[in-house]
Amino acid sequence: MNLHEYQGRALFRAAGIPMPDGDVASTPSEAESIARRVGGTVVVKAQVHAGGRGKAGGVKLAKSPAEAGAAAEKILGMSIKGLIVQRVLVVPAADIASEAYVGLIMDRATQRPVFMVSPAGGIDIEEVAAKTPEKIRRLAVDPRYGLLPHQALGLALFLYPDIAQARAAARIMEQLYQVFTANGCSLAEINPLVTTPEGRVVALDAKVSIDDNELDRRPDLALLRDETAEEPSEVQARRANLTFIKLEGNVGCVVNGAGLAMATMDLVKYYGGEPANFLDIGGSSNPDKVVNALRIITSDPNVKAILFNIFGGITRTDDVANGLKTALSQFPVKVPIVVRLTGTNEAEAVKILRGIGMTALSDMDEAVRQVVAVVKGAA
Amino acid sequence: MSIFIDKASRLVVQGITGRDGSFHTRQMLEYGTQVVAGVTPGKGGQTFEGRVPVFNTVADAVAATGADVSVIYVPPAGAAGAIFEAADAGIPLIVCITEGVPVMDMTRVLPYVRERGARLIGPNCPGLITPGESKVGIIPGNICLPGRVGLVSRSGTLTYEVVNHLTRHKIGQSTCVGIGGDPLNGTSFIDCLRAFQDDPDTDLIVMMGEIGGTDEQNAAAFVLEYVTKPVVGFIAGQTAPPGRRMGHAGAIISGSSGTAAEKIAAFEAAKIAVMKRPVDVVELVQQRM
Repeated sequence: MNLHEYQGRALFRAAGIPMPDGDVASTPSEAESIARRVGGTVVVKAQVHAGGRGKAGGVKLAKSPAEAGAAAEKILGMSIKGLIVQRVLVVPAADIASEAYVGLIMDRATQRPVFMVSPAGGIDIEEVAAKTPEKIRRLAVDPRYGLLPHQALGLALFLYPDIAQARAAARIMEQLYQVFTANGCSLAEINPLVTTPEGRVVALDAKVSIDDNELDRRPDLALLRDETAEEPSEVQARRANLTFIKLEGNVGCVVNGAGLAMATMDLVKYYGGEPANFLDIGGSSNPDKVVNALRIITSDPNVKAILFNIFGGITRTDDVANGLKTALSQFPVKVPIVVRLTGTNEAEAVKILRGIGMTALSDMDEAVRQVVAVVKGAA
Repeated sequence: MSIFIDKASRLVVQGITGRDGSFHTRQMLEYGTQVVAGVTPGKGGQTFEGRVPVFNTVADAVAATGADVSVIYVPPAGAAGAIFEAADAGIPLIVCITEGVPVMDMTRVLPYVRERGARLIGPNCPGLITPGESKVGIIPGNICLPGRVGLVSRSGTLTYEVVNHLTRHKIGQSTCVGIGGDPLNGTSFIDCLRAFQDDPDTDLIVMMGEIGGTDEQNAAAFVLEYVTKPVVGFIAGQTAPPGRRMGHAGAIISGSSGTAAEKIAAFEAAKIAVMKRPVDVVELVQQRM
């Protein structure tokens, strides 16, 4: 789960990381009063889960409270990469002497939190890694001991030759590590970490992602989820305990298991179709899941046909067939449905489907070819 | 005859009285797995299905039964604790089926397990099966057939799909291992490739990968350097959009890294025969056996 910058800032500031004052606003008048309170020139920043906010016009400088209100007026409601801006962050514009990058990620290769720091801050770190890898230093932290003082200072000295600034940066890294481990982050990033003309070291941005598996035991973090920033069908799916990702194609897919769901999408594409979604109904068999899945998929007007691909293991195929039967009795499905199911209780499932005038295929390849042909015939 | 488990494996089920634990214990017993003990704190002294003694702790279970494999079906919040406990009890092979274990927990679990010389498979995995001998986890036994193809996969039902194709064409399996879909797991592709290469009863290896991370790329490099047996591979997620978690916590393209194209290229460079569709497994394996 990605946090908004203002939410990440709150975590950073609670840990003591120096950041400019400021606050979040959802109306122009709120933005204006925050600007008045912090004084001087401010930056008004769109709070959306999208990169390239500046280029899209979502970050504006304002020299007075009135200008801040006007900037917020323009940014609020703006669409950035399809996401409507609901909130803006208003912070004092900082005088910047230098910009660095400090990031902490959960690294799969070392299976540890890994620091990445670079004196080339303020820009895309992937680009720095690709073009000038010598400008990046990495450090894998042993989670049993945490970030040790000499490790933090070593990283900081790579950014700042000045020992006072290095000590300040080392302290920020220790605080960032605390934020990371205390909140189950998969990413915590300061880009840029700046020095001011007076020599202070300050974090100007906060990018935080939380491991989704952390949310069950951390309701305080789960509350930070901004459902208005998500695709409505994905929100609906999560509430129904389905893993659903909306795509641009027209073949709706209902599959059990993530790997099989991906392979099904790939096979649709292989035969010349385009998947409309990723959907994993999960392992446990519950006819309601199928009903909810169909409700969500049929609400997408792009969908021209629906493919079921069920390999029954723990999932009982008769439960899926019953779910399909229930769904069809509750609401009309106007597009053709192709069903493939095999495995646990297959004979029973086929009987249920036959009872409602449907047939089931047992082969995945054949089912995908058929659904793609149906869609192409309809187009 | 197999890797990691065989008919001599003595299994303890952690969470045996829970909904998933009891269901799958019945399935494992039916398959012929030697389920020698169960563990549910507070239910020590009871007997599961009239035949499996239940203990309060894994240490008690090991002392009384000599269990040498553990399988974990406890909810995510308790999964890390269950792995710590199994490792402390001296269990050499720990299989964690649980999905949704916080990654931060795994950063502490993994070094703990390794320091005790144990192997963890999972979490968020379907477990493993040596057809005709023993199954530990949730892979349906009826789709498997004893034989000489070793299979390792990051997913569950996609594995079943491929195993089913093999079995229908009378191509049996030595062992099928699901290493799980999480970003941090106990056993990698490389661990399984090494074991299959060293197993005299495995002739060919099927490797089912997916988007996210670099485990498949590392595995491809390892194949070039160590594996002389033929390898057939698959990568799921060619149509997955970047930055989205495709069901499995580990199945995510970060920035430009972890894509299917990158992994398929690594496989091809290592002379791994790549399936374009799951059904292709039959022909590619038949050509190489």
